[in-house]
Amino acid sequence: MAEPLLDIRGLKTWFKTDDGMVRAVDGVSLSIDRGETLGVVGESGCGKTVTARSVLKLIDMPPGRFEAGEILWQGRDLIPLDEAEMNKIRAREIAIIFQEPMTSLNPVYTVGDQIAEVIELHQKLSRKQAMVGAAEMLKLVNIPNPERRVNDYPHQFSGGMRQRVMIAMALSCQPKLLIADEPTTALDVTIQAQILELMQEMKERFGMAIMLITHAMGVVAETTQRVVVMYAGKVVEEAPVGALFGDPRHPYTQGLIRSIPRVDRSAGRQARLESIPGTVPSLLNPPPGCRFAARCRYVMPACTQAIPPLKEVAPGHKVACIL
Amino acid sequence: MSRQYVIRKILIMIPSLLGISLVLFTVLAMAPGDPFEELATNPAIPPEVRAALRAKFGLDDPVWTRYLHWLVAMLQGDWGFSFVSRMDVDKLILQRLPVTLIVIGSSQIIAILVALPVGVLAATRPYSLFDQVANTLAFVGFSLPTFFTGLLFILVFSIQLDWLPFVYRANIDATGWQFYWEHIKQSIMPVMVLGLFQGASLVRFVRSSVLDVIKLDYVTTARSKGIGERKVITKHVVRNALIPVVTLVALQLPIVFGGAIVTEQIFRVPGIGSLLISAMLANDTPVVMAVTFVIACLVVFFNLLADIIYGWLDPRISYR
Amino acid sequence: MAGSTPASLTADAPASVAAAPRKSGPTSPWQEAWRRFRRHRLAVASGVVLLLLIATVVLGPFIWPVAINDIDFAAKLQGPSWAHPLGTDDLGQDLLARLIYGGRISLAVGLAAMVVAVVVGVVVGALAGMSAGWVDAALMWLTDLFLALPLLPLLLLLMYLFRDHFKRLFGVEGGAFILIVVVIGGLRWMQVARLVRAQFLSLREKEFVEAARALGASKLRLVVGHILPNALGPVIVAGTIDVAAAIIAESTLSFLGLGFPSDIPTWGSVLRDAKDYLDIAPHWALFPGAAIFLAVITINFMGDGLRDALDPRRVL
Repeated sequence: MAEPLLDIRGLKTWFKTDDGMVRAVDGVSLSIDRGETLGVVGESGCGKTVTARSVLKLIDMPPGRFEAGEILWQGRDLIPLDEAEMNKIRAREIAIIFQEPMTSLNPVYTVGDQIAEVIELHQKLSRKQAMVGAAEMLKLVNIPNPERRVNDYPHQFSGGMRQRVMIAMALSCQPKLLIADEPTTALDVTIQAQILELMQEMKERFGMAIMLITHAMGVVAETTQRVVVMYAGKVVEEAPVGALFGDPRHPYTQGLIRSIPRVDRSAGRQARLESIPGTVPSLLNPPPGCRFAARCRYVMPACTQAIPPLKEVAPGHKVACIL
Repeated sequence: MSRQYVIRKILIMIPSLLGISLVLFTVLAMAPGDPFEELATNPAIPPEVRAALRAKFGLDDPVWTRYLHWLVAMLQGDWGFSFVSRMDVDKLILQRLPVTLIVIGSSQIIAILVALPVGVLAATRPYSLFDQVANTLAFVGFSLPTFFTGLLFILVFSIQLDWLPFVYRANIDATGWQFYWEHIKQSIMPVMVLGLFQGASLVRFVRSSVLDVIKLDYVTTARSKGIGERKVITKHVVRNALIPVVTLVALQLPIVFGGAIVTEQIFRVPGIGSLLISAMLANDTPVVMAVTFVIACLVVFFNLLADIIYGWLDPRISYR
Repeated sequence: MAGSTPASLTADAPASVAAAPRKSGPTSPWQEAWRRFRRHRLAVASGVVLLLLIATVVLGPFIWPVAINDIDFAAKLQGPSWAHPLGTDDLGQDLLARLIYGGRISLAVGLAAMVVAVVVGVVVGALAGMSAGWVDAALMWLTDLFLALPLLPLLLLLMYLFRDHFKRLFGVEGGAFILIVVVIGGLRWMQVARLVRAQFLSLREKEFVEAARALGASKLRLVVGHILPNALGPVIVAGTIDVAAAIIAESTLSFLGLGFPSDIPTWGSVLRDAKDYLDIAPHWALFPGAAIFLAVITINFMGDGLRDALDPRRVL
């Protein structure tokens, strides 16, 4: 099989705080192939965003550090690279868009300026040419009147439009991988659909891979090809999307899927919304053994003794559970 | 930046000026004693002139009329006559104003030139040695009252080292290059005293403003574009961090004027600050009123300037 | 997770950290604040120095019972010696005794002016915050107007106009004291008023206020019992700054000749007399200046420590 585009092996990103070491990402491995869309799901605080930012080394290094692991981009480990080297990869090879479009753009520069900045830098074009390129990008993401809008400031755009601008900015150098950290969480449902469609369109056009981080299972089901489920800093299940929803093996995944509100199922009956009882364990002092043990309905004594390793139970389907 | 914004700001200035004039006038009206009492004992002023002055200033009229008369007179540029200096007050003030403006202007520029790089550097290396030293020095800077710093400077640079003159002379009989050099030499100390004081408080503010901005989302976005940390700071962070700093500089202007008054006294700079003090000590009321009013107006005007610069720096404000 | 603090550690971990039990048991917010304050070594050291300073001026006359106006021409303009630890001035008066006496006045002025500023500020801010509508707008306009007024020129003007009057009413010392305190306090309340008003505006709609109101708490009780305590933190910090500013203002006034007169030796007025003798008796100016500097810088450091202790959201 061809070498994966991005291969994260055993990544541990920890943070030093006054209360101790927070193990935000504690041994995560995942990989993305060329042109594939990988979904990364989990509830808030499970380490998905830290993982995403670790790839581009956007973590504040004084409190944060890479305790262990490798991040292989096309076979090359990114962790030992210095800033100058990383800057060649950022936006040009790997781009990222964030969750909050309202605050992710610099309010004092025009939208065109901010997009052109990337183009100028990585494609070595002149200012003028870069601005033209910026207008083209705006057109690509379906912003009406792109030539005029390119001179507008972020506050003159709505949330959904700003996210489009972010996408335009991220894609302006045609990166091979787009990391999308909860790109639609802060948007209205109707706009969500539009943005997801846009991302799909861009993916097909540029043939790029996407790492889609979200906590919405519905989004994952619709847009991804493979899924990685994270819990408390670790990966608990990994499978192609069909297999994940058809045959979820990990109790946490099962809980996640069951808790999706289903209008069709409960119509006519008073079915209760299912949720997973309990709360996420502390990342400061993680419990020994399986971290989901406290909330698992199938918990056994063996669960609390050792962390179950990720085992392959079917082709491409891995689970970290002793069941 | 829209013209509407500028016009709106200018219009707002007018009630502020009126308000200040009202406050000043009320204060004077409430003051016990006759502002022209001094003139009664001054043998050079015959009683008829005094009576004429009282009539002219309408001291016997009700308060409202007096205020309006005074306001109209002020606006027409008729600021009265100073018996102490024997010239029209407006001429007197115009004579002394430029020096004050130059000293204040240069000190502000020095303050910003020092505070900006130091503040930004300290913020990008928080808690480092540089940061701690800068922070402590800043505290020392703004805890030293300007009059003490001024005296210290005189002690060190004039008395001990004899490098700089400490009495300001308006007429220096030298020509060309020498002339300017002498002027600069005697201005260094007052400008530095004011500049360092202002710079000290600015450093802390710049630092905290930069620290606030550095945490924001769009800075991470900028980093993710691969433009390099240096450019992230100088292009993205500084421009945004400057905005509250500008506001602060404007808000601190009243304090700067106070500092200028003190430095002018110590270094005997012939500006409007020392004019104010000498007028007060000589009971020269028309001058006192006029100078206070001028200073207050200048502050309002500089606030307007700050608003305009703010609007230029932050497009969110002026595009409404 | 709202992504408003990027790449920052605890953004991911708040829930989990909270779930872990604290080793020392629940602590009140004041204890927390004290713990944070203690971590600022400079602030704590300044607190100690300040206390020493206060102790010196309060207990000084008992330990150093030298008169402040013992004129002794034979001993004039002497540097520090055993007889006169801080030297003498041009009339042979002992500087240490004068500075101790002046210290009491300067510190008292600072404290009293702060109280005036805080009281006026709290009242105005509370009124504005509670009323909304035109009362609020009017009070805010007034606040902005006062903020635009240049402090020192106005101070000078008021002193110039009213000093004699107050002197006649309250005596030389008393008159000057009251006038200075009222004037300084009256020109520094604006900051406090804004803080208090902001607290009111933000808390007015908060749930616990609604809850208290639902329980039948009267408006006054709401204000005093619930809203004001929350505003206390920033007000304390602003108050400390006010003390330092008031001390500087008073010394500046006295230095310029429009504060306390020369025979009352506040630190500022001593400096005023000393400034003409810089070349032959520098100690005369250095000691009062150093005293002002010490008082102000210790207050400033403490204020800084208090700000961090009482307002943990600001990560500085």
